[in-house]
Amino acid sequence: MLARRVIPCLDVDKGRVVKGTRFLNLTDEGDPAELAERYAHEGADEIVFLDITAAHERRGTMLEVVRRTASRAFVPLTVGGGVRSVDEMRDVLRAGADKVSFNTAAVADPALLAACADRFGSQAVVCAIDARRLPRPDGAEQRWEVVTHGGRRTTELEAVEWAIRAVGMGAGELLVTSMDRDGTRSGFDTQLLAEIATRVRVPVIASGGAAGPDDFVTAVRDGKADAVLAASIFHRRIFSIADVKAAMAAAGLPVRQLEGRDA
Amino acid sequence: MTGPVRVAVLDYGAANMVSITKALTAVGAEAVVAAEPSALSGIDAIVIPGVGAAAPAMVHLRERGLSEPLREWVRAGRPCLGICLGFQLFFDASDEADAQALGLLAGRTVGLVDAPTLPHIGWNSVDAVRPHPLFDGVADGSYFYFVHSFAPVPSDEGIVVARTTHGRPFVSAVAKGSLYGLQFHPEKSSEAGLRVLANFVGLVAAGASAAGSDAAGAPVA
Repeated sequence: MLARRVIPCLDVDKGRVVKGTRFLNLTDEGDPAELAERYAHEGADEIVFLDITAAHERRGTMLEVVRRTASRAFVPLTVGGGVRSVDEMRDVLRAGADKVSFNTAAVADPALLAACADRFGSQAVVCAIDARRLPRPDGAEQRWEVVTHGGRRTTELEAVEWAIRAVGMGAGELLVTSMDRDGTRSGFDTQLLAEIATRVRVPVIASGGAAGPDDFVTAVRDGKADAVLAASIFHRRIFSIADVKAAMAAAGLPVRQLEGRDA
Repeated sequence: MTGPVRVAVLDYGAANMVSITKALTAVGAEAVVAAEPSALSGIDAIVIPGVGAAAPAMVHLRERGLSEPLREWVRAGRPCLGICLGFQLFFDASDEADAQALGLLAGRTVGLVDAPTLPHIGWNSVDAVRPHPLFDGVADGSYFYFVHSFAPVPSDEGIVVARTTHGRPFVSAVAKGSLYGLQFHPEKSSEAGLRVLANFVGLVAAGASAAGSDAAGAPVA
Protein backbone atom coordinates (compact mmCIF):
# COMPACT_ATOMS: atom_id res chain seq x y z
CA MET A 1 0.00 0.00 0.00
CA LEU A 2 1.37 3.36 -1.03
CA ALA A 3 2.14 5.42 2.08
CA ARG A 4 0.93 9.00 2.48
CA ARG A 5 4.01 11.19 2.57
CA VAL A 6 4.98 13.79 5.15
CA ILE A 7 7.25 16.44 3.67
CA PRO A 8 9.08 19.20 5.51
CA CYS A 9 9.74 22.27 3.37
CA LEU A 10 12.88 24.38 3.83
CA ASP A 11 12.96 27.97 2.58
CA VAL A 12 16.52 28.67 1.47
CA ASP A 13 17.96 32.16 1.00
CA LYS A 14 21.58 32.54 -0.11
CA GLY A 15 22.37 29.01 1.04
CA ARG A 16 20.80 29.28 4.50
CA VAL A 17 17.47 28.06 5.82
CA VAL A 18 15.29 31.02 6.68
CA LYS A 19 11.85 31.35 8.05
CA GLY A 20 9.49 34.21 7.90
CA THR A 21 6.05 34.91 6.68
CA ARG A 22 6.27 34.66 2.92
CA PHE A 23 9.56 36.43 2.27
CA LEU A 24 9.19 38.90 5.16
CA ASN A 25 10.96 39.07 8.53
CA LEU A 26 13.46 36.38 7.59
CA THR A 27 15.52 34.80 10.34
CA ASP A 28 18.47 32.46 9.89
CA GLU A 29 17.57 28.90 10.91
CA GLY A 30 20.74 27.11 9.95
CA ASP A 31 22.38 24.98 7.31
CA PRO A 32 19.94 23.38 4.83
CA ALA A 33 21.90 20.14 4.42
CA GLU A 34 22.15 19.63 8.19
CA LEU A 35 18.47 20.32 8.72
CA ALA A 36 17.49 18.08 5.79
CA GLU A 37 19.60 15.25 7.18
CA ARG A 38 17.97 15.65 10.58
CA TYR A 39 14.50 15.48 9.04
CA ALA A 40 15.45 12.44 6.98
CA HIS A 41 16.67 10.73 10.14
CA GLU A 42 13.40 11.63 11.87
CA GLY A 43 11.37 9.98 9.13
CA ALA A 44 10.68 12.69 6.53
CA ASP A 45 9.50 10.95 3.35
CA GLU A 46 10.95 13.65 1.13
CA ILE A 47 12.53 17.09 1.48
CA VAL A 48 11.47 20.18 -0.44
CA PHE A 49 13.88 23.10 -0.80
CA LEU A 50 12.31 26.36 -1.85
CA ASP A 51 14.92 28.79 -3.15
CA ILE A 52 13.79 32.30 -2.32
CA THR A 53 17.09 33.98 -3.23
CA ALA A 54 16.84 36.87 -5.67
CA ALA A 55 17.48 35.59 -9.19
CA HIS A 56 20.78 37.34 -9.87
CA GLU A 57 22.42 35.88 -6.76
CA ARG A 58 21.08 32.40 -7.18
CA ARG A 59 23.19 30.35 -9.56
CA GLY A 60 25.49 27.96 -7.82
CA THR A 61 24.48 28.41 -4.21
CA MET A 62 21.39 26.22 -4.37
CA LEU A 63 23.22 23.61 -6.44
CA GLU A 64 25.82 23.33 -3.70
CA VAL A 65 23.09 22.93 -1.07
CA VAL A 66 21.51 20.14 -3.12
CA ARG A 67 24.86 18.45 -3.70
CA ARG A 68 25.72 18.45 -0.01
CA THR A 69 22.27 17.24 0.99
CA ALA A 70 22.18 14.43 -1.58
CA SER A 71 25.53 13.22 -0.26
CA ARG A 72 24.18 12.81 3.26
CA ALA A 73 20.41 12.38 3.23
CA PHE A 74 19.22 9.40 1.20
CA VAL A 75 15.64 10.50 0.68
CA PRO A 76 14.00 12.20 -2.32
CA LEU A 77 14.79 15.88 -2.82
CA THR A 78 12.65 18.43 -4.63
CA VAL A 79 13.86 21.91 -5.51
CA GLY A 80 11.54 24.80 -6.26
CA GLY A 81 12.17 28.41 -7.06
CA GLY A 82 13.89 30.10 -9.94
CA VAL A 83 14.28 27.24 -12.42
CA ARG A 84 13.27 28.60 -15.81
CA SER A 85 14.70 26.28 -18.47
CA VAL A 86 15.46 22.68 -19.38
CA ASP A 87 19.18 23.35 -18.91
CA GLU A 88 18.67 24.83 -15.44
CA MET A 89 16.57 21.82 -14.49
CA ARG A 90 19.30 19.48 -15.75
CA ASP A 91 21.82 21.24 -13.49
CA VAL A 92 19.57 20.84 -10.45
CA LEU A 93 18.97 17.14 -11.17
CA ARG A 94 22.65 16.53 -11.77
CA ALA A 95 23.40 18.12 -8.40
CA GLY A 96 21.32 15.38 -6.78
CA ALA A 97 17.70 16.53 -6.84
CA ASP A 98 14.98 14.13 -7.96
CA LYS A 99 12.32 16.64 -8.89
CA VAL A 100 12.03 20.28 -9.77
CA SER A 101 9.00 22.33 -8.89
CA PHE A 102 7.81 25.10 -11.22
CA ASN A 103 5.50 27.90 -10.17
CA THR A 104 5.79 31.38 -11.73
CA ALA A 105 7.86 30.06 -14.65
CA ALA A 106 5.13 27.56 -15.55
CA VAL A 107 2.41 30.20 -15.38
CA ALA A 108 4.48 32.47 -17.64
CA ASP A 109 5.32 29.65 -20.06
CA PRO A 110 3.29 26.43 -19.68
CA ALA A 111 5.29 24.82 -22.51
CA LEU A 112 8.24 24.70 -20.09
CA LEU A 113 6.44 21.87 -18.25
CA ALA A 114 6.18 19.89 -21.49
CA ALA A 115 9.80 20.52 -22.47
CA CYS A 116 11.09 19.40 -19.07
CA ALA A 117 8.78 16.34 -18.95
CA ASP A 118 9.94 15.27 -22.43
CA ARG A 119 13.57 15.51 -21.37
CA PHE A 120 13.47 14.15 -17.81
CA GLY A 121 10.12 12.40 -17.50
CA SER A 122 6.90 13.58 -15.85
CA GLN A 123 7.95 12.08 -12.54
CA ALA A 124 10.59 14.80 -12.18
CA VAL A 125 8.27 17.70 -12.98
CA VAL A 126 6.20 19.21 -10.18
CA CYS A 127 3.84 22.08 -10.83
CA ALA A 128 3.40 24.28 -7.75
CA ILE A 129 0.09 26.13 -7.67
CA ASP A 130 -0.54 28.97 -5.24
CA ALA A 131 -4.29 29.50 -5.08
CA ARG A 132 -6.60 32.00 -3.40
CA ARG A 133 -10.35 31.80 -2.98
CA LEU A 134 -12.39 34.08 -5.20
CA PRO A 135 -15.46 35.79 -3.81
CA ARG A 136 -18.41 33.49 -4.29
CA PRO A 137 -21.72 34.93 -5.39
CA ASP A 138 -24.75 33.30 -3.76
CA GLY A 139 -25.40 29.86 -5.16
CA ALA A 140 -22.29 29.84 -7.33
CA GLU A 141 -19.56 27.24 -7.06
CA GLN A 142 -16.43 28.13 -5.15
CA ARG A 143 -13.54 29.06 -7.44
CA TRP A 144 -9.88 29.88 -6.80
CA GLU A 145 -7.48 32.15 -8.64
CA VAL A 146 -3.83 31.30 -9.24
CA VAL A 147 -1.46 33.84 -7.72
CA THR A 148 2.31 34.19 -8.07
CA HIS A 149 5.14 35.95 -6.28
CA GLY A 150 4.00 34.81 -2.86
CA GLY A 151 0.46 35.99 -3.46
CA ARG A 152 1.41 39.50 -4.50
CA ARG A 153 0.43 39.06 -8.14
CA THR A 154 -2.80 37.71 -9.52
CA THR A 155 -3.19 35.82 -12.79
CA GLU A 156 -6.02 35.16 -15.15
CA LEU A 157 -5.95 31.47 -14.27
CA GLU A 158 -8.52 29.51 -12.29
CA ALA A 159 -6.67 27.06 -10.06
CA VAL A 160 -8.57 23.83 -10.82
CA GLU A 161 -8.47 24.50 -14.56
CA TRP A 162 -4.77 25.35 -14.37
CA ALA A 163 -4.10 22.13 -12.43
CA ILE A 164 -5.77 20.03 -15.12
CA ARG A 165 -3.88 21.89 -17.84
CA ALA A 166 -0.52 21.57 -16.07
CA VAL A 167 -0.97 17.80 -15.83
CA GLY A 168 -1.87 17.74 -19.51
CA MET A 169 1.37 19.57 -20.25
CA GLY A 170 3.40 16.92 -18.42
CA ALA A 171 3.49 17.75 -14.71
CA GLY A 172 3.76 14.47 -12.79
CA GLU A 173 2.79 15.93 -9.44
CA LEU A 174 1.01 19.03 -8.11
CA LEU A 175 2.02 21.02 -5.03
CA VAL A 176 -1.10 22.95 -4.08
CA THR A 177 -0.74 25.81 -1.61
CA SER A 178 -3.68 27.73 -0.25
CA MET A 179 -2.61 31.36 0.07
CA ASP A 180 -5.64 31.97 2.27
CA ARG A 181 -4.32 29.47 4.80
CA ASP A 182 -0.54 29.74 4.35
CA GLY A 183 1.09 30.90 7.57
CA THR A 184 -2.26 31.10 9.38
CA ARG A 185 -2.22 27.67 11.05
CA SER A 186 -5.92 27.34 10.38
CA GLY A 187 -5.76 24.00 8.56
CA PHE A 188 -5.51 23.09 4.89
CA ASP A 189 -8.07 24.20 2.33
CA THR A 190 -9.46 20.69 1.90
CA GLN A 191 -12.12 21.84 -0.53
CA LEU A 192 -9.48 23.22 -2.90
CA LEU A 193 -7.40 20.06 -2.55
CA ALA A 194 -10.32 17.72 -3.20
CA GLU A 195 -11.51 19.75 -6.21
CA ILE A 196 -8.08 19.24 -7.78
CA ALA A 197 -7.26 15.73 -6.55
CA THR A 198 -10.52 14.28 -7.85
CA ARG A 199 -9.89 15.72 -11.31
CA VAL A 200 -6.28 14.64 -11.93
CA ARG A 201 -4.56 11.26 -11.74
CA VAL A 202 -1.17 12.54 -10.58
CA PRO A 203 -0.34 12.81 -6.86
CA VAL A 204 -1.34 16.03 -5.09
CA ILE A 205 0.75 17.49 -2.26
CA ALA A 206 -1.19 19.62 0.21
CA SER A 207 0.43 22.80 1.49
CA GLY A 208 -0.50 25.88 3.46
CA GLY A 209 -2.12 26.03 6.85
CA ALA A 210 -0.84 23.10 8.93
CA ALA A 211 -1.35 23.71 12.63
CA GLY A 212 -1.12 20.20 14.00
CA PRO A 213 -1.24 16.45 13.25
CA ASP A 214 -5.02 16.43 12.79
CA ASP A 215 -4.66 18.77 9.82
CA PHE A 216 -2.48 16.20 8.07
CA VAL A 217 -5.22 13.63 8.55
CA THR A 218 -7.93 15.87 7.09
CA ALA A 219 -5.71 16.91 4.14
CA VAL A 220 -5.52 13.24 3.16
CA ARG A 221 -8.98 12.07 4.21
CA ASP A 222 -11.05 15.07 3.09
CA GLY A 223 -8.64 16.76 0.69
CA LYS A 224 -7.68 13.45 -1.01
CA ALA A 225 -4.01 14.51 -0.89
CA ASP A 226 -1.25 11.95 -1.43
CA ALA A 227 1.29 13.91 0.55
CA VAL A 228 1.31 16.76 3.02
CA LEU A 229 3.90 19.50 3.23
CA ALA A 230 4.59 21.84 6.14
CA ALA A 231 7.33 24.16 7.29
CA SER A 232 6.95 26.11 10.49
CA ILE A 233 5.38 23.45 12.71
CA PHE A 234 8.43 21.24 12.08
CA HIS A 235 11.06 23.98 12.17
CA ARG A 236 9.74 25.36 15.43
CA ARG A 237 9.57 21.81 16.80
CA ILE A 238 5.93 22.29 17.70
CA PHE A 239 5.36 18.78 16.37
CA SER A 240 7.78 16.13 15.11
CA ILE A 241 7.37 14.11 11.95
CA ALA A 242 6.77 11.09 14.17
CA ASP A 243 3.92 12.93 15.96
CA VAL A 244 2.25 13.63 12.64
CA LYS A 245 2.70 10.08 11.36
CA ALA A 246 1.37 8.62 14.61
CA ALA A 247 -1.81 10.66 14.20
CA MET A 248 -2.14 9.60 10.57
CA ALA A 249 -1.61 5.93 11.47
CA ALA A 250 -4.16 6.21 14.29
CA ALA A 251 -6.64 7.53 11.73
CA GLY A 252 -6.04 4.44 9.61
CA LEU A 253 -3.89 6.12 6.95
CA PRO A 254 -0.91 4.17 5.59
CA VAL A 255 2.37 5.82 6.60
CA ARG A 256 6.00 4.73 6.61
CA GLN A 257 7.08 4.54 10.22
CA LEU A 258 10.61 3.99 11.36
CA GLU A 259 11.34 0.57 12.78
CA GLY A 260 12.04 0.59 16.46
CA ARG A 261 11.73 4.35 16.77
CA ASP A 262 8.00 4.77 16.88
CA ALA A 263 4.99 2.55 17.02
CA MET B 1 39.86 -9.70 -2.72
CA THR B 2 41.72 -6.69 -1.45
CA GLY B 3 40.39 -3.21 -0.99
CA PRO B 4 36.82 -2.03 -1.37
CA VAL B 5 34.47 -3.38 -4.05
CA ARG B 6 34.74 -1.18 -7.12
CA VAL B 7 31.34 -0.39 -8.62
CA ALA B 8 30.90 1.39 -11.95
CA VAL B 9 27.74 3.49 -12.09
CA LEU B 10 26.77 3.91 -15.73
CA ASP B 11 26.27 7.56 -16.63
CA TYR B 12 24.09 7.68 -19.72
CA GLY B 13 22.47 11.03 -19.06
CA ALA B 14 19.77 9.67 -16.77
CA ALA B 15 20.13 12.50 -14.26
CA ASN B 16 20.90 11.99 -10.60
CA MET B 17 24.35 10.35 -10.30
CA VAL B 18 25.12 12.01 -6.97
CA SER B 19 22.72 10.02 -4.80
CA ILE B 20 23.62 6.55 -6.09
CA THR B 21 27.38 7.12 -5.99
CA LYS B 22 27.23 8.61 -2.49
CA ALA B 23 24.96 5.83 -1.28
CA LEU B 24 27.39 3.19 -2.60
CA THR B 25 30.23 5.04 -0.92
CA ALA B 26 28.21 5.15 2.31
CA VAL B 27 28.01 1.32 2.33
CA GLY B 28 31.74 0.91 1.81
CA ALA B 29 32.09 0.51 -1.95
CA GLU B 30 34.25 2.57 -4.25
CA ALA B 31 31.91 4.13 -6.81
CA VAL B 32 33.22 5.10 -10.23
CA VAL B 33 31.10 7.06 -12.69
CA ALA B 34 31.38 5.33 -16.08
CA ALA B 35 30.36 7.35 -19.13
CA GLU B 36 32.41 5.28 -21.59
CA PRO B 37 33.55 1.65 -21.94
CA SER B 38 37.15 2.36 -20.88
CA ALA B 39 35.86 3.28 -17.40
CA LEU B 40 34.78 -0.34 -16.92
CA SER B 41 38.29 -1.75 -16.63
CA GLY B 42 39.26 -3.04 -13.21
CA ILE B 43 35.79 -2.89 -11.72
CA ASP B 44 33.88 -5.57 -9.80
CA ALA B 45 30.27 -4.67 -10.53
CA ILE B 46 28.05 -2.42 -12.64
CA VAL B 47 25.07 -0.41 -11.44
CA ILE B 48 22.62 0.96 -14.02
CA PRO B 49 20.72 3.76 -12.33
CA GLY B 50 18.11 5.87 -13.94
CA VAL B 51 14.84 7.61 -14.15
CA GLY B 52 13.33 8.95 -17.31
CA ALA B 53 12.23 7.47 -20.58
CA ALA B 54 13.33 4.12 -22.05
CA ALA B 55 13.86 5.13 -25.67
CA PRO B 56 16.28 8.05 -25.13
CA ALA B 57 18.06 6.00 -22.46
CA MET B 58 18.79 3.22 -24.97
CA VAL B 59 19.96 5.78 -27.53
CA HIS B 60 22.39 7.27 -25.01
CA LEU B 61 23.67 3.85 -23.93
CA ARG B 62 24.41 2.96 -27.57
CA GLU B 63 25.90 6.36 -28.44
CA ARG B 64 28.31 6.07 -25.54
CA GLY B 65 29.26 2.56 -26.62
CA LEU B 66 28.02 1.11 -23.34
CA SER B 67 25.26 -1.27 -24.40
CA GLU B 68 27.47 -4.01 -25.90
CA PRO B 69 30.06 -4.05 -23.07
CA LEU B 70 27.13 -4.20 -20.67
CA ARG B 71 25.57 -7.18 -22.47
CA GLU B 72 28.93 -8.99 -22.49
CA TRP B 73 29.42 -8.23 -18.81
CA VAL B 74 26.07 -9.72 -17.84
CA ARG B 75 26.42 -12.72 -20.17
CA ALA B 76 29.77 -13.48 -18.51
CA GLY B 77 27.86 -13.77 -15.24
CA ARG B 78 29.46 -10.74 -13.65
CA PRO B 79 27.49 -8.75 -11.03
CA CYS B 80 25.11 -6.10 -12.25
CA LEU B 81 22.33 -4.16 -10.50
CA GLY B 82 19.65 -2.28 -12.43
CA ILE B 83 17.61 0.36 -10.64
CA CYS B 84 14.20 1.62 -11.84
CA LEU B 85 14.66 2.45 -15.55
CA GLY B 86 18.00 0.59 -15.42
CA PHE B 87 16.09 -2.50 -14.25
CA GLN B 88 13.45 -2.12 -16.98
CA LEU B 89 16.18 -1.96 -19.64
CA PHE B 90 17.25 -5.55 -18.79
CA PHE B 91 14.16 -6.86 -20.56
CA ASP B 92 13.43 -7.33 -24.26
CA ALA B 93 11.37 -4.23 -24.85
CA SER B 94 9.25 -1.55 -23.26
CA ASP B 95 5.75 -0.37 -24.09
CA GLU B 96 7.07 3.11 -23.31
CA ALA B 97 7.35 4.51 -26.85
CA ASP B 98 7.84 0.93 -28.13
CA ALA B 99 11.48 0.98 -27.12
CA GLN B 100 13.78 -1.99 -27.73
CA ALA B 101 15.80 -2.70 -24.60
CA LEU B 102 18.87 -4.81 -23.75
CA GLY B 103 17.23 -8.25 -24.00
CA LEU B 104 19.16 -9.73 -21.06
CA LEU B 105 15.99 -11.02 -19.42
CA ALA B 106 12.93 -12.35 -21.21
CA GLY B 107 9.89 -10.16 -20.75
CA ARG B 108 8.43 -6.79 -21.46
CA THR B 109 8.03 -3.53 -19.56
CA VAL B 110 4.42 -2.37 -19.50
CA GLY B 111 2.43 0.53 -18.04
CA LEU B 112 1.04 0.15 -14.53
CA VAL B 113 -2.53 -1.05 -14.91
CA ASP B 114 -5.29 0.08 -12.54
CA ALA B 115 -2.96 2.47 -10.70
CA PRO B 116 -5.07 4.89 -8.61
CA THR B 117 -2.42 7.59 -9.12
CA LEU B 118 0.16 7.79 -11.89
CA PRO B 119 3.14 8.24 -11.83
CA HIS B 120 3.50 5.89 -8.86
CA ILE B 121 5.43 8.26 -6.61
CA GLY B 122 6.23 7.60 -2.98
CA TRP B 123 7.03 4.95 -0.41
CA ASN B 124 5.42 1.59 -0.88
CA SER B 125 5.86 -1.79 0.79
CA VAL B 126 8.02 -4.43 -0.85
CA ASP B 127 6.65 -7.91 -0.19
CA ALA B 128 8.97 -10.90 -0.47
CA VAL B 129 8.04 -13.67 -2.90
CA ARG B 130 11.03 -15.69 -1.75
CA PRO B 131 13.93 -15.00 0.62
CA HIS B 132 16.98 -13.49 -1.06
CA PRO B 133 20.30 -12.27 0.39
CA LEU B 134 19.68 -8.87 -1.24
CA PHE B 135 17.05 -8.31 1.47
CA ASP B 136 18.99 -9.74 4.42
CA GLY B 137 18.21 -7.67 7.51
CA VAL B 138 15.24 -5.96 5.87
CA ALA B 139 11.84 -6.76 7.35
CA ASP B 140 9.34 -8.18 4.86
CA GLY B 141 6.93 -5.44 3.81
CA SER B 142 9.42 -2.61 4.45
CA TYR B 143 8.83 0.66 2.62
CA PHE B 144 11.01 1.76 -0.30
CA TYR B 145 10.79 4.82 -2.54
CA PHE B 146 9.28 4.42 -6.00
CA VAL B 147 9.04 6.87 -8.92
CA HIS B 148 7.76 5.27 -12.13
CA SER B 149 4.83 4.65 -14.44
CA PHE B 150 6.02 1.36 -15.98
CA ALA B 151 7.14 -1.99 -14.61
CA PRO B 152 8.56 -5.13 -16.22
CA VAL B 153 6.67 -8.39 -16.59
CA PRO B 154 9.31 -11.15 -16.61
CA SER B 155 8.54 -14.25 -18.69
CA ASP B 156 10.25 -16.37 -16.04
CA GLU B 157 8.35 -16.19 -12.74
CA GLY B 158 11.32 -17.91 -11.11
CA ILE B 159 13.42 -14.75 -11.11
CA VAL B 160 10.86 -12.73 -9.10
CA VAL B 161 12.08 -11.86 -5.60
CA ALA B 162 9.49 -9.31 -4.47
CA ARG B 163 6.27 -7.63 -5.49
CA THR B 164 4.61 -4.33 -4.64
CA THR B 165 0.99 -3.31 -5.04
CA HIS B 166 -0.25 -0.06 -6.55
CA GLY B 167 -3.64 -0.85 -8.01
CA ARG B 168 -2.37 -4.29 -9.01
CA PRO B 169 0.74 -6.13 -7.84
CA PHE B 170 3.84 -5.62 -9.97
CA VAL B 171 7.36 -7.03 -9.82
CA SER B 172 9.57 -4.82 -7.64
CA ALA B 173 12.71 -7.01 -7.37
CA VAL B 174 14.28 -9.82 -9.42
CA ALA B 175 17.47 -11.84 -9.21
CA LYS B 176 18.99 -14.23 -11.72
CA GLY B 177 22.50 -15.39 -10.95
CA SER B 178 24.51 -12.22 -10.42
CA LEU B 179 21.97 -10.03 -12.20
CA TYR B 180 19.74 -8.03 -9.85
CA GLY B 181 16.93 -5.62 -10.62
CA LEU B 182 15.02 -3.25 -8.36
CA GLN B 183 12.04 -1.14 -9.39
CA PHE B 184 12.44 1.11 -6.33
CA HIS B 185 15.32 3.48 -5.60
CA PRO B 186 17.53 2.07 -2.82
CA GLU B 187 19.62 5.27 -2.95
CA LYS B 188 16.50 7.23 -1.98
CA SER B 189 15.08 4.74 0.51
CA SER B 190 16.91 5.80 3.66
CA GLU B 191 18.17 3.03 5.98
CA ALA B 192 16.31 0.18 4.26
CA GLY B 193 17.70 1.21 0.89
CA LEU B 194 21.26 1.47 2.17
CA ARG B 195 20.87 -2.02 3.65
CA VAL B 196 19.93 -3.44 0.23
CA LEU B 197 22.90 -1.68 -1.40
CA ALA B 198 25.19 -3.00 1.34
CA ASN B 199 23.85 -6.51 0.69
CA PHE B 200 24.53 -6.09 -3.03
CA VAL B 201 28.09 -4.95 -2.35
CA GLY B 202 28.49 -7.89 0.03
CA LEU B 203 27.29 -10.33 -2.65
CA VAL B 204 29.79 -8.82 -5.11
CA ALA B 205 32.60 -9.17 -2.59
CA ALA B 206 31.65 -12.78 -1.82
CA GLY B 207 31.42 -13.63 -5.53
CA ALA B 208 34.76 -11.95 -6.26
CA SER B 209 36.45 -13.94 -3.47
CA ALA B 210 34.95 -17.19 -4.76
CA ALA B 211 35.99 -16.38 -8.32
CA GLY B 212 39.48 -15.48 -7.13
CA SER B 213 39.96 -18.71 -5.17
CA ASP B 214 38.61 -21.29 -7.59
CA ALA B 215 38.17 -19.28 -10.79
CA ALA B 216 34.53 -20.35 -10.89
CA GLY B 217 32.34 -17.42 -11.71
CA ALA B 218 28.59 -17.57 -11.39
CA PRO B 219 27.26 -17.37 -14.92
CA VAL B 220 23.64 -16.45 -15.43
CA ALA B 221 21.77 -19.71 -15.10
